Amino acid sequence: MPQDISTKQPETDELVPAAEPHAAHLPLDRAIETQADLSAEINSLGEAYARALKDGAAAETQPRLDYAPYRSSILRHPTKSLHHADPETIELYSPAFGHQDVHALEADLTIQHNGEPQGERIIVAGKVLDGDGRPVAGQLVEIWQANSSGRYIHKRDQHPAPLDPNFTGVGRCITGPDGSYKFTTIKPGAYPWKNHLNAWRPAHIHFSMFGTEFTQRIVTQMYFPGDQLFPLDPIYQSIVDQDARDRLVANYDHDLTEPEWALGYNWDIILTGSKRTWTENEALGAAGDEE
Amino acid sequence: MTTTKLVATPGQTVGPFYGYALPYEKDNELLAPGSAGSIRLQGTVYDGSGEAIPDAILEIWQPDADGRIVQRTGSLVRDGYTFTGWGRAAVGNSGVYTFTTVNPGRTEQVPGKPAAAPFISVAVFARGLMNRLFTRVYLPENEEALAKDPLLSSLDPERRKTLIARRDPDGGLTWDIRLQGEGETVFLDFQ
Repeated sequence: MPQDISTKQPETDELVPAAEPHAAHLPLDRAIETQADLSAEINSLGEAYARALKDGAAAETQPRLDYAPYRSSILRHPTKSLHHADPETIELYSPAFGHQDVHALEADLTIQHNGEPQGERIIVAGKVLDGDGRPVAGQLVEIWQANSSGRYIHKRDQHPAPLDPNFTGVGRCITGPDGSYKFTTIKPGAYPWKNHLNAWRPAHIHFSMFGTEFTQRIVTQMYFPGDQLFPLDPIYQSIVDQDARDRLVANYDHDLTEPEWALGYNWDIILTGSKRTWTENEALGAAGDEE
Repeated sequence: MTTTKLVATPGQTVGPFYGYALPYEKDNELLAPGSAGSIRLQGTVYDGSGEAIPDAILEIWQPDADGRIVQRTGSLVRDGYTFTGWGRAAVGNSGVYTFTTVNPGRTEQVPGKPAAAPFISVAVFARGLMNRLFTRVYLPENEEALAKDPLLSSLDPERRKTLIARRDPDGGLTWDIRLQGEGETVFLDFQ
């Protein structure tokens, strides 16, 4: 077929679902990549990790930046190792947010419009803690998510599922003195994307958090227990360690559930930055900072 | 001495759909454009094939012009007068980000440690980027301070360049981010 197969990027990719990598980066056979192909890659990376663990490698606690089954990461991961640095000056502090920044009602995603959103009303609550279990108090938590049918309100989301005029899917709150946060929302639906043929994301809520120093800044995703899509999802599986993956899964908590109102899920977040202690760093000095 | 006992929650990609959630009015204006001392910090975010990335979002965190670390609220509802030191900017379709800020001053030196040259701390988020990346952007002036900086002096000259902004004729700063490949930006690990 005599088609223009120019690899030039269009000026704007508004019409291309953003979950799809640049056309110029697509391998030619990409359109026919199936879940089976992707699952084979995911399993092979998982098995290699299991072998490494058995041979004494340290457990991994974060996602791999270089994780090819998530196709969009192929050209977007640094190829050089992260450079070790001791946090200095500004990095040892976090920006300050307060109730001037966030209204208390922003934590309820079900009251932002005139009517009630469709779907299963839920409460998601927990604590933001540092690596010593101390509360991260008075800090900003932001969330965003798809609606109950798996549709984001974002203009680039072209999933043909209904938008909900009563649900935007964005919330914010400031943590309490004990590091606690609590959102009322709707359980998000699973979401189809274009990583490969028949790719579906497990239901998730995006979370953005600040710790007590900027090195603890994190954006992540919270999942729901028992999701059958976990083994199939390259983003969830980019964390190759099962214990680490489990840390992104909320617990159903009947004590949080409110009678005739909403199911409750509990999810605590641990933010660790540097392992610095002032005296250690000062004792080591710059000489201790080499890679 | 305290030691870390709890394991950190893993990060995940910011994904493609942060656009209706994270950006907010004047998010990239740490102070009002055109106000005394304001400069533009701008640049482009590139992937490993040299293509500009249209779906990255950056945050900066910095001291004020006098080197003071500010601990004031109000970043999310800018009043036009309070400098909070923190801002957020999503790149546009051509991968370009822009902040209005001030040149960071030199912060007070920690006794027994070499003086750090003034820098802005940066966190990078993008679709396709599994976890946020931290880096720094240094002011190009004061070669002596740059040469003594603990981080910069631990890097090869070629890599060191990726952390130093160019000074624009209008007094602003230009600093590009390359996630991968030639001229790959130095990203930091604080663990």
